[in-house]
Amino acid sequence: MTTEPVEEDRPPLADPAANLIAAALVVVLGGVAIAGARSLGPGPGTWPMTVGFVLVLLGLVLAARARRDEPPERFTSGSLLVVAAVTGMIAYVAVIATIGFEIPTLLLAFVWLRFLGRETWRTSIAVSLGATVVFYALFVGALDVTIPHLF
Amino acid sequence: MSAVIDGFAVVLEPTNLLYCLVGVVIGMLIGVLPGLGPAATIAILLPVTFGLEPVTAVIMLAGIFYGAQYGGTITSVLLRLPGEASSVVTVFDGHALARQGRAGAALGIAAIGSFIGGTLSIVALTLVAPVVAGFALDFGPPEYTVLALLGIMLVATISSGGRIRALAAAAVGLLFATVGRDDFTSAERFTLGNLSLADGLDFIPIAMGLFGLGEILYNLEQRHRAVQAPTKVTDVWPRRADLRQSSGAIGRGSVIGFVLGILPGGGAVLSSMAAYALEKRRSRHPERFGKGAIEGVAAPETANNAAATSSFIPLLSLGIPANATMAVIFGALLIQGVTPGPQLVTEHPELFWGVVNSMYLGNVLLLIMSIPLLGVFVRILRVRATVLAPITVLITLIGAYTVNNSVFDIGLVIAFGVLGYLMKKAGFDPGPMVLAFVLGSLLETSLRRSLLLFDDDPTGFLTRPISGVLVAVFLAVILLPLIQTVLRKRRQPAAGPGAPAPESPDLEPSGAGPRETDLRTDASRAESGVSRARSGAAPAGGDASAGAGASPAGAAPVDAARNRADRERGAAGQAGAVRGSGAAGQAGTVRGSGAAGQAGAVRGESTSDAEETE
Repeated sequence: MTTEPVEEDRPPLADPAANLIAAALVVVLGGVAIAGARSLGPGPGTWPMTVGFVLVLLGLVLAARARRDEPPERFTSGSLLVVAAVTGMIAYVAVIATIGFEIPTLLLAFVWLRFLGRETWRTSIAVSLGATVVFYALFVGALDVTIPHLF
Repeated sequence: MSAVIDGFAVVLEPTNLLYCLVGVVIGMLIGVLPGLGPAATIAILLPVTFGLEPVTAVIMLAGIFYGAQYGGTITSVLLRLPGEASSVVTVFDGHALARQGRAGAALGIAAIGSFIGGTLSIVALTLVAPVVAGFALDFGPPEYTVLALLGIMLVATISSGGRIRALAAAAVGLLFATVGRDDFTSAERFTLGNLSLADGLDFIPIAMGLFGLGEILYNLEQRHRAVQAPTKVTDVWPRRADLRQSSGAIGRGSVIGFVLGILPGGGAVLSSMAAYALEKRRSRHPERFGKGAIEGVAAPETANNAAATSSFIPLLSLGIPANATMAVIFGALLIQGVTPGPQLVTEHPELFWGVVNSMYLGNVLLLIMSIPLLGVFVRILRVRATVLAPITVLITLIGAYTVNNSVFDIGLVIAFGVLGYLMKKAGFDPGPMVLAFVLGSLLETSLRRSLLLFDDDPTGFLTRPISGVLVAVFLAVILLPLIQTVLRKRRQPAAGPGAPAPESPDLEPSGAGPRETDLRTDASRAESGVSRARSGAAPAGGDASAGAGASPAGAAPVDAARNRADRERGAAGQAGAVRGSGAAGQAGTVRGSGAAGQAGAVRGESTSDAEETE
């Protein structure tokens, strides 16, 4: 009755040493917190300072365990899709205040459907148009929120 | 008492009924999307509730909550994609039933079980929560400091990806919570001179980004694993024999769920596994489990709903969210002007009972809606993820804007979406981060107030009876796993894979070979995850402090079988998520306060991977 789920490989795992990068980021974040907390001085700075030290400590533990812990997933060609999607969303945010949400919404949906999702042209156009109209009706028409809109 | 009845009168107003209904439906709609569990669903749908009256909004949230819970069940049974970790065990028998053409019966019994478990749990909550709240009225800053720390610690202990990673994520969450104006001195902290940050980071974009967008980006990278939906579901009403077979399982599941749900952490997850394990152990024909035993669906589904409901107790009575979903609900309630905490029931009884009664209503509507509408939801499953993903993303982005009418918030969603995606890649669970963020300001404020109270002498925490006990519990949570690790290293040979642990119900046999119910995606992660079992925490009896005073039975990550070879051939073959605690060489025994007896439930890392991935 059901189709077998397609067995698809998850991204391969990176070298265990990649855990060191994650650990280093945790330590750096802790360091930033400590530095920021120092400039705030005691009082407002005490708590962030404490959290910063905890982060540094945890980061060091993570680094020590880097070889034993399961490594992060490797970035694959699929990761480029994520980069494209994020770029698209940043562009969306950048223009929405000036030109309203309709055109960016239409474009974002279309690009995502056609190029990221590899839907057919017909589906992509139909769904992106349909979604934009529904969002307009919902947010501008029904909910009357103050989202910047062109029309 | 009159407040309870007044609450019902409010809830039963037609508008409120309608909103609850809409909540259940859209909760299920989003909940059936792969990868979006209740926390993500609620986060994404939060903006929908903003324009409403507080009571109506809370009622709608309850509807969304129950709908999203059930949405995960639908995908577990039909697609063997658990929407959340607490539905993972449902997959075993639920999907087996679906393959026998009995998906309808599985979904029907799940709905009935969820309804009964949820309702019994609400009844118990109605009785227990005010008592706990009364007790907690005496809590001062020191108690809250330790309680918040304990909550974060326990959630980190049960979370996926390893305890240190979870704690690091939680610490980052605490750090995010410090952004903005300091409550005591009005000094601006970490705002980088940005006006939008002066009031601090908003909770909603963080939850939307980490849970919702991060998940969608992650799935995008996997190119939306093509999964096809089943053709149709018939015969939704379980047969009389099914009901008879399941009645015991539903009863026991309700109790296990309620008791374990009170605990901070993965109450729903632990309880679904414990309930399944208990049924299997009690059964005269345990071999039926995994091959379509109806109790194997009824028990975990009842338990996870009961647990999801009882995890409202620490939230409503102490103001401490017990897990990531509760953290999102906490944020949602705050926005509606409802501050969960011990004062809620005494100072705003109408709101408190409004919340509780809306849960009754959400549960009833779930039962009424789910069975006739199953066909519709099954049809939704046929819509491809490639189509649903962009629509969900746009709902998230536009929704984020509508909260504060702020474009900056959309930017935050994207930033946290990217962070969520990267964390997922690196094996960090975003749950503790969100939880710690929510508790961050409470924790800092209470800590600073306590230190003022104690003249900067931290030993003051030990001199107050309640906070002293809580500190002891907190230390136990930290130290027990360490001790266990040391002991295990000493007795390394004894703790090999497959070492029997008589106390724990054994889920292992079903996972011994390459198995039908593999949880696909976990192939690579399951590896050590399978062995990295964690034992739960046990409540300190049924006393009023149950939620808070949970005393851990032990919370050690158990790295018994780290077997590379296993990993390479995809350890998901080993039932992916659930392994008998015995196999891990470590009895993860969860002592319920009485009724639940002893039920061991172990959660492999892959469990929550399933939650995050699917």
